[in-house]
Amino acid sequence: MKVKVLSRNPDDYVRETKHDIQRVPRNYDPSLHPFEVSREYTRALNATKLERVFAKPFLASLDGHRDGVNCLAKHPQSLSTLLSGSCDGEVKVWNLTKHECVRTLQAHEGFVRGMVVRHCGTSFFTIGDDKTIKHWKMEAPGYGEEEEPLNTILGKAVFTGLDHHQKNAVFATCGHQVDIWDEQRSTPIRSFTWGVDSFSSVRFNPVETELLGSCASDRSIVLYDMRESTPLKKVIMTMRTNTISWNPMEAYYFTCANEDYNLYTYDMRHLENPVKVHVDHVSAVLDVDYSPTGREFVSASFDKTIRIFPKDSANSREVYHTKRMQHVICVKWSADNKYVLSGSDEMNIRLWKANAAEKLGVLSPREKQAIHYSQKLKEKFQHHPQIKRIARHRHLPKVIYHQKNELKVMKEARRRKERNVRKHSKPGSVPVVSEKEKHVVSVVK
Amino acid sequence: MAKVSKKKSIKKKLKVSCGVPVVSEGHQQPVYEEEEEEQGGMDRAEEETMSGEEDEGEDERKRQKLLEAIRSLGGKRKKALGERSEAAGHMSEFSVNPDGGPAKVQLSDLIGSLEKTSAVPAKSRKQLKNLQHSEKTIESPLSKQETERIQRDMAFQKAASEVSRWDGFITQNQRAEQLRFPLNRDRAGPKPVEKLVVGWKARTPLEQEIFALLSANKQPLTDPVLTPAEEASVKAMSLEEAKIRRAELQKARALQSYYEAKARRERKIKSKKYHKVQNKAKRKDFLKHFDEMVKLNPAVALEELNKMELARMQERMSLKHQNSSKWAKSKAIMAKYDEEARKAMQQQLEMNKELTQKLITPLNNNNDDDDDEEEEEEEAGDLLPDFANDAVDGRDASNPWMKGKLTAEPAQQQQQQLSDTLTEAAQAVCEEEEECQAGETEEEALLREFNSRRKLHQAQESDAAGGVLPEVVMEDAAVESEASDSDDSCYVVESASISTGRENVPRETKAADCSERSAPLEETLMRIRTVEDVELLPPEPPAEPSQPPATEAPPSEEKHIRKRKKKKGIELKEVLTKETKLIKVPFTPTVTDSEDPEAKMDQRGLIKEAFAGDDVISDFLKDKRRKEDEGKPKVIDLTLPGWGDWGGVGLKPPKRKRRRFRVKSAPPPPRKDQHLPSVIISEKRNASVSLHQVHVLPFPFENHAQFESCIRSPLGRAWNTERTVKKLTKPRVVTQLGAIIDPVAEEELLKNNNKKVVARESS
Repeated sequence: MKVKVLSRNPDDYVRETKHDIQRVPRNYDPSLHPFEVSREYTRALNATKLERVFAKPFLASLDGHRDGVNCLAKHPQSLSTLLSGSCDGEVKVWNLTKHECVRTLQAHEGFVRGMVVRHCGTSFFTIGDDKTIKHWKMEAPGYGEEEEPLNTILGKAVFTGLDHHQKNAVFATCGHQVDIWDEQRSTPIRSFTWGVDSFSSVRFNPVETELLGSCASDRSIVLYDMRESTPLKKVIMTMRTNTISWNPMEAYYFTCANEDYNLYTYDMRHLENPVKVHVDHVSAVLDVDYSPTGREFVSASFDKTIRIFPKDSANSREVYHTKRMQHVICVKWSADNKYVLSGSDEMNIRLWKANAAEKLGVLSPREKQAIHYSQKLKEKFQHHPQIKRIARHRHLPKVIYHQKNELKVMKEARRRKERNVRKHSKPGSVPVVSEKEKHVVSVVK
Repeated sequence: MAKVSKKKSIKKKLKVSCGVPVVSEGHQQPVYEEEEEEQGGMDRAEEETMSGEEDEGEDERKRQKLLEAIRSLGGKRKKALGERSEAAGHMSEFSVNPDGGPAKVQLSDLIGSLEKTSAVPAKSRKQLKNLQHSEKTIESPLSKQETERIQRDMAFQKAASEVSRWDGFITQNQRAEQLRFPLNRDRAGPKPVEKLVVGWKARTPLEQEIFALLSANKQPLTDPVLTPAEEASVKAMSLEEAKIRRAELQKARALQSYYEAKARRERKIKSKKYHKVQNKAKRKDFLKHFDEMVKLNPAVALEELNKMELARMQERMSLKHQNSSKWAKSKAIMAKYDEEARKAMQQQLEMNKELTQKLITPLNNNNDDDDDEEEEEEEAGDLLPDFANDAVDGRDASNPWMKGKLTAEPAQQQQQQLSDTLTEAAQAVCEEEEECQAGETEEEALLREFNSRRKLHQAQESDAAGGVLPEVVMEDAAVESEASDSDDSCYVVESASISTGRENVPRETKAADCSERSAPLEETLMRIRTVEDVELLPPEPPAEPSQPPATEAPPSEEKHIRKRKKKKGIELKEVLTKETKLIKVPFTPTVTDSEDPEAKMDQRGLIKEAFAGDDVISDFLKDKRRKEDEGKPKVIDLTLPGWGDWGGVGLKPPKRKRRRFRVKSAPPPPRKDQHLPSVIISEKRNASVSLHQVHVLPFPFENHAQFESCIRSPLGRAWNTERTVKKLTKPRVVTQLGAIIDPVAEEELLKNNNKKVVARESS
């Protein structure tokens, strides 16, 4: 009698070691998988829910300042170092990994207005209300040595903004004029004035390193070229700009934080109207900083929140707030694109994750794959109402929530009024002005 | 003297200008010219009247003195004012009076001296003359504000154009499927040692020994993978070439093995006679060739001679062919009686004589007689044929396989064999005048030919290494791109075969794009802390779809669709015939299979048990009938009793009227489940489903089909191959953990440009 026996090759189903993944034979024939869409939809929905549940962006609070934090500075070489200057003239150097202050120095009398670390990372500059520019060593003084600046420059007026050149030993300050300084000299090598006498911030372009932008008290943003003797151009807006930040990957884009609750991204070649208007804040925007990848930026506002905007979207993708955080004065995005740092009025510096639901630390390859897959799923099903609703949901403090609603009502009323005026006047006499054009008063050549 | 002459000229000028006190601008011109002429004339006259002027000057001085004397005579003595006279006060190099005077400074005054100086080029002279003739006045300079404005504008335009260089880079980054940061990251893969360990040195004896070995063998020290030459050769190799060379090598190896086998066989033959004959033949052959060789290739001939010389020396040193050997002694004893033995002895002695005889040939003259034996030995070392050495060198320099050399093994074998043959030959030389190299057989000739060809090839390559290399690299890049293309296409085919009817690739990128633009966040007062909280979120106000889902078709197409549906229905019926039977099964209890009634009974029994009370299937059928009835159009009776005729109890409206006022609506399209007995298809819109549906076409999609196909294509690994999944789920931005991302530098722009240039050139 012939007996038929099932015979299988163990190579097909036995793992070589127990650390290997179980082998799963698959048949990819689409006719065998009729419910793929619904299965993936469920996965996407679950991923979205989990993302929201695990969205806990707040990491740490660095306390130690005895007055509001007025300025922050990133270290260009070390990710774990942060410098902060407060309103009582104190500068602190922080170790972010240990969440502790490693050095404190009384840099100025009155506010520390600006601070920047030299590109080499060995020293930094501070400016203060005492009309001085001070150059400090990054290392703490040895035992028994006094804390003394390497160099002090006494200016004629108060300096309000400071930035360092990307490569050369040149830095720029602003106050009643924009000055370019050589590190070796005690007088500016170049000064720019253009009818205004008060500037609030100056920033070097990190890509085209000879260009600068500054914002002045006459509601204007002025562009400069360090090599020229005159400024380049200025644009006057309806309200004052507080800070600007250049995109580190796209040479000609910069974003400015405005008093009118909005941020504006400009192409420096076409200042006639902004490329994008970023709304969502409910109070003046005080600071803005680009992510090092140049795809997003973070803004700090007087409304006690931080918002993260994709560079080409009008609305924020994230809003961060805590109960105790007061007006956020300064904000920085860390150089590895992972963290956001904010300094606020109530003397604390806060460390946030740039991606709220991101898992920190080293990921195993399978973990990484799973994350990428769920990310793609979320992207794929993002237009489905259930997923959209969960993914977009954010908690807001009551005050801001009501303020936001109020603003919405106001805006709607204004729109309605405009619409009515247009309806009841001669056609063409009330032109439609786009949101972008509304905020630019004029461009001065 | 010159002073005086100038003075004079000034005077004259004054006179002229006084003579024409008011001259209009237009008239002035001729005057100047006149003057110029005068001046020119004067210059010429100057030399002539030098002596005369000197006299005049003296007269004047005298006159002055006289005047002073007169002045001092009269009245009281005035205090003499200390006057200072400056030369510039009286004269100027431009022959213009600086004291002012009535005349204006004219251009001609200024450029008067131009004619004299030869350093001024003719061109500028001409220009100045033209300028003199032109009557336009130059416009006054712009105001400071305006100049500044212009300057600013210029500077801005310059800066803007400079910044615009980044256009390409930025658009490229925006379109890129994946961006990796930091941008200037080191490439993965093997790196040269010196890059990893800066300033590392071999210290321990072991390390030093290893490095000495490596350097001695010309092995790469720093780059552990390939030497530059090897890389170049790897790159230089095309497929056909490789095939040709492989064939060549195969043939060579086969020949060699034949040859070896033959040699072994011959060596194994024990017959002395055979060897003797062989050797004799070889010698003869050699001698025949030797004469030719002397003519054709004196160097080789010389070598052969040297070998002979060596053999002679060895013979002289040894007692092999003397009478002292055992064999010789025995022969000597036998010689008295045996003719043959005598002969053998004589032969041996002859051989000795022959061997020990010094060769005197013209070629040998160069070689000194008193050469040391060591030198001889050295030369014996040189006896190795050239190509043997070369082969070894070539192997060191680059990959032997790629270079078309024999691989290491055969080469070694060959070498060994050569040395074998050498030793053999040495023995043979002792025995009979035999040169070390065996006579050339056909195979050998072939081998040698191969070798020479290879050498030639090598030489060519080494020659071309510098010039051809870039081209080669380009070619290689092209090949690579081809390869990648083919790879891609493979992939495409693969993915297509897997996901039949899912054209998703472009959609995917679009979907990714649309992720960028976001609607405002829904900011509420609720916090999400757990998954349950998510469920509690306020539902989105369901936006009513502008049109019901695409199942509804316009009436014009209804007929067509109905046709299609009919067709489809027939097919379904064909397919579902069995199902209908299955439904009938419970009505007729069947106990057919006797083999495993247990299992069958189990299932049936279970169902029966579970639905003991109710008849599910009949319920279902009833349900379906009810649904169908609901869907059927109802006849509406619009007859109004008593309208137009008598009404009342017991009276019915007339038949005609009833027929007229009974409205029959058009029958609805056939139900979809018409031919599916076990299915109810409801075409009513379901609100609970619509909660999960997308109502508006999202932005980057242009039509419903696009969006649907995008949604329909799965991403997971249950439905796609590993590679597809990897490609589909590639993140858009990749950053390295703990790496600082610096702003983009100028070099990136250059790199980008270079890439573009290369692409353009290759295309």
